[in-house]
Amino acid sequence: MELLSFGKTGWGDELFYATLMTIAVSITAMLIGFLFSIIFTPLKLSNNKFLNLIGNTYTTIIRGVPELLVIYLFFFGGSGAIMYVASIFGYYEYIEINAFITGSCAIGIISGAYSTEVFRGAIQSIDKGQFEACKVLGFKKYIYFLKVIMPQMLRLAIPNLSNVWQITLKDTSLISVTGLVEIMRQSYIAAGSTRDPLFFYSFAAILYLMLTFISMKLINRLEVKYSRGF
Amino acid sequence: MDISLMLTSLPKLLGAAVVTLKLLSLSLLFGIFIGLLFAILRLNKNPFINKFAYGYSYLFRGTPLLVQIFIIYFGLGQVEYFRSTFLWVVFKEPYWCAIIAFALNTGAYTSEILRSAFQTIKPGIIEAGKSLGISNKIIFYKIQIPVAIRQSLPAYGNEIILMMKGTSLASTVTLMDLTGVAKYIISTTFKPIEVFIVAGGIYLFMTFLIHNIIKYLEKKYSFQ
Repeated sequence: MELLSFGKTGWGDELFYATLMTIAVSITAMLIGFLFSIIFTPLKLSNNKFLNLIGNTYTTIIRGVPELLVIYLFFFGGSGAIMYVASIFGYYEYIEINAFITGSCAIGIISGAYSTEVFRGAIQSIDKGQFEACKVLGFKKYIYFLKVIMPQMLRLAIPNLSNVWQITLKDTSLISVTGLVEIMRQSYIAAGSTRDPLFFYSFAAILYLMLTFISMKLINRLEVKYSRGF
Repeated sequence: MDISLMLTSLPKLLGAAVVTLKLLSLSLLFGIFIGLLFAILRLNKNPFINKFAYGYSYLFRGTPLLVQIFIIYFGLGQVEYFRSTFLWVVFKEPYWCAIIAFALNTGAYTSEILRSAFQTIKPGIIEAGKSLGISNKIIFYKIQIPVAIRQSLPAYGNEIILMMKGTSLASTVTLMDLTGVAKYIISTTFKPIEVFIVAGGIYLFMTFLIHNIIKYLEKKYSFQ
């Protein structure tokens, strides 16, 4: 227990901040994932074969390749790609990107592929009559999407999105290989300096269990809220 | 785009893919037994056994695989008593540590898949068996297990693909699997995109193969 005390001698405060970092990365990655799914879900649902192919390529590649490999691509390739773009605009200095941004982008793209699939499934399982009724009533496209399709889609998507959230939360542990100090990295540092890996990694496992448990409880509430009236 | 690097790294990566497949097949083999055992325990009426099996699957599904590998590889070696037992022969090898972690992890997911398959078996099938005078043991082994395996094939196919991606974590405990070799080539040549294309292509090919094998099995064992 001494090892977990706050202050200079213990690792309590470090692990606390690391937990906050894990939460921050997960939320950022989830939001980036939503951005990606906003772009790619319409592509996957479109009737145009070419657009369809783009959407399918994204989800197939990301879901078929290990997360760690994607993270390595971003970690080693990220600053190179940014520098290449900058060189077009006439900027040749070395650019280093923050580990937080690289990590959340990598995890965000992965979680985006999963949430794209979730949204696609949810929209496809909405009754066809709903779309037709909107057209018959002459709604504008964005109004009918926002007021009719969106609420029904969310109700169907939330249980599966909670799975995506769990996957994203657990995937953030992989960012530790890039040196971002989140739970896993902090435990690695603590285990290295105290020579007590069993304790610190078990404690990391408990922290992750706590995070998944609490987020499940919160998401269940959301689920109840959105399934009102069904 | 450095095509010659892609060509020279291909044989190395293919060799490493064999290691990935070995890790995957061994951990799936052990995992399916663990999964079946815990699925049966989950359906037990005794609340202690039941809760124990639930706790196991909750623990392994709620924590990242990386933590599990690190606990087994770095953590267990710390216990003095443990080092003196014969188990140490197994646990000092990163290869076996990785396989044990993967097997325990996939076992937890498999137990959930099999449990839900057991629960969705139509009671009529079991009743039919009973009314024909077949003993409970034979109903379980000859009727319930085959039907449950058939029901859980699609979900288990997904689990195999997830596990294949999971084996990439073996590279964090010094094993040179496909991801490990890919990282090594990236960090020596600083050409991440080329290596990613080749290594990712190999992974996608394996995903494609697994997907089609499962599809074939589903067709073969369908009820119609």
